[in-house]
Amino acid sequence: MNARRATDRKQTVRVLCGKWFAVALLLLLAVLLLSAVAPEKHLSVYSTAANYSLPIVERDGHDYVGLLELLEPLGTVSAKSELSRWRLHYNNILSEFAAGSTRARVQGRDAVLPTRFLLENGRGLVPVSSLASILPRILGGPVTVHEESGRVFVGSVATHFTASVSPDDSSRLVFHFTSPVNPTVATEPGKIYLTFNREPVTSPASATLTFASKAIPSATYSENNGAAKITVNSTIPLLASFSNDGQTITLAPTKSQPASAAASASTPTPPPTTPPAQLPASSPPLPVSRRYFAIVDASHGGNDRGEALSPSLAEKDVTLAFAHWLRQELESRGLSTLVLRDSDVNLSLDDRAAAANIAHAAVYIALHAASSGHGVRLYTTLLPYSVDYDNGPFRAWTTAQQSSIPLSQATVASVATALKKDEINVRSLTAPLRPLNNVITAAIAVEIAPHASDISELASPAYQQLVTSAVADGISAIRSQLGAAP
Amino acid sequence: MISPMIPRSLVITVSVLLLAVLGMSFYAWHMRGRAAAVPVVATDTRPVVAPVAGPTEAVTLFVAYDDLGVLHAQSARIPMPSVRQQRAEEVLRALIALYLDKSSPHPLPPGADIRGIYIVDPGLAVVDLNAAFADGHRSGVLAEELTVASFIQTLAANVPGILRVKILVEGKERETLAGHADLSNFFDVSAVNQLTSQLQATQ
Repeated sequence: MNARRATDRKQTVRVLCGKWFAVALLLLLAVLLLSAVAPEKHLSVYSTAANYSLPIVERDGHDYVGLLELLEPLGTVSAKSELSRWRLHYNNILSEFAAGSTRARVQGRDAVLPTRFLLENGRGLVPVSSLASILPRILGGPVTVHEESGRVFVGSVATHFTASVSPDDSSRLVFHFTSPVNPTVATEPGKIYLTFNREPVTSPASATLTFASKAIPSATYSENNGAAKITVNSTIPLLASFSNDGQTITLAPTKSQPASAAASASTPTPPPTTPPAQLPASSPPLPVSRRYFAIVDASHGGNDRGEALSPSLAEKDVTLAFAHWLRQELESRGLSTLVLRDSDVNLSLDDRAAAANIAHAAVYIALHAASSGHGVRLYTTLLPYSVDYDNGPFRAWTTAQQSSIPLSQATVASVATALKKDEINVRSLTAPLRPLNNVITAAIAVEIAPHASDISELASPAYQQLVTSAVADGISAIRSQLGAAP
Repeated sequence: MISPMIPRSLVITVSVLLLAVLGMSFYAWHMRGRAAAVPVVATDTRPVVAPVAGPTEAVTLFVAYDDLGVLHAQSARIPMPSVRQQRAEEVLRALIALYLDKSSPHPLPPGADIRGIYIVDPGLAVVDLNAAFADGHRSGVLAEELTVASFIQTLAANVPGILRVKILVEGKERETLAGHADLSNFFDVSAVNQLTSQLQATQ
């Protein structure tokens, strides 16, 4: 009997141990799965003062970030909470928030948050989706927020890049960046990844780049969780090398790769240096994946200074500042916007038009500035002479705008109404102004002159915000009509 | 001793002629020396434009006014040849003279001129501007547009049958006039007509 009891006890202990082991294993698996599914979210902030990263917390299904922590590296900041009120001083700007409320006041002006403000142990949490509207007011300058990828650009800090296949060896891909970069490089068969965790690298006009090379047919740009990533697709193993103080990255076949194989896999066709003579017409109603609603083009740039508005003020700098403000204003109205020229770089008229057409945006807005006249002049294209605008299934490059002119004119009318409402002098004209005639979607140009006779107004943030706010109102008012266009 | 075979009168005539040849040779040599001694003051290689004379004719100039950003039709009387190409040159030169005046409502840079106009049938006018015109032109969408519209509308109003206009600079195609107005394409005169109507309306 005693021996049988002892055997039963041993079996019971074994069963219990087995159950506990199974439970522990399940718990471990669950922890592993959860950690794999939900990585910690980050918000990356890029500014001239510092580039840094902050944790994003999730509350009620929305992403939040601590406002005090976000502003601390950028200037003198302090916060004080009184009951449900939270007051934040950034330099000399006062912002007031109330716990559980979507109403706030920033610099004496009302602001509406997309979701309610949270106060946790004296820590003020604002929704990430509110940063695009409140940060420019607090910081007093343009701020670009990539909400989905958790990236914030304070001022003109973006790093742009170009990618091209080497003309003498199509198995080499060369990236040129406008400022030094130091990405993490990772590889897997058929792919090489460049991940930019600290650098303000921004998207090219098209997220997918294609190359005239069989060895390296394409590359894609993506952003996620506070980082930018370039994925290069290749048919041969590649090795990355850095040069030009980190501004150039060259991807070339590894030494073990026979050069002949690389050469045979590539077609020595140089990329076209001229724009396509004709564009496919929009007649087949293909579904268009629209990443940006608006393309804002800061005219001139690089060697092309535009008009010398004053001895110290070039048109290219003024258009860039207006472009940043306009993106801010459009995005705060829920209209995703790409600034085509985001820094002082050369960009040809053909490249601007091609980028706008590839992006399939609903509207293209070219910005100009002028010293003569007052207020704002709005332009649609004056099409050049053409014998036949209808060219079968293709559209002529010089008159690509033809079918979109009514929509462009409607856009100008809407923007003019918004400008008049804000008592800004406005005039609507046509103009022989490229690249308006090469753009297939609604395309307008905005030429901004001083409100009075003081040319320095063009550099004033107050005037820039006044004009761009009205332009954004006009675009927003016609959004359904623009968005419905193919 | 003189041979009795040669008459005396002939000898005298030949002698006089020889003296005359020697004298003229000496004079020509002297003049050549003087001509070489005179310094060349200046050489103007510009093509000489035949002065247009004769009865004047009423023309319509579309004049740009920068202060209001408008175009105004303005009558003038200038001598006008009968050949279309020369008419086109004269009417645009009259417009340029107005813009180069001290009290110009739309100043053009000093030295701005047209190198030539070529009328190519059917209905194509090619206007060749000089480098001073384009290089010194003020930059700006409206400023450049006023110049282009003023020229094309004036041309179309006074030289019938022009349907399209191409603007060159120093005989070559140029992308823009001064950074804005597109010169790479042909201007459609009927479209410029509509633009002129917009520009004739004040703000």
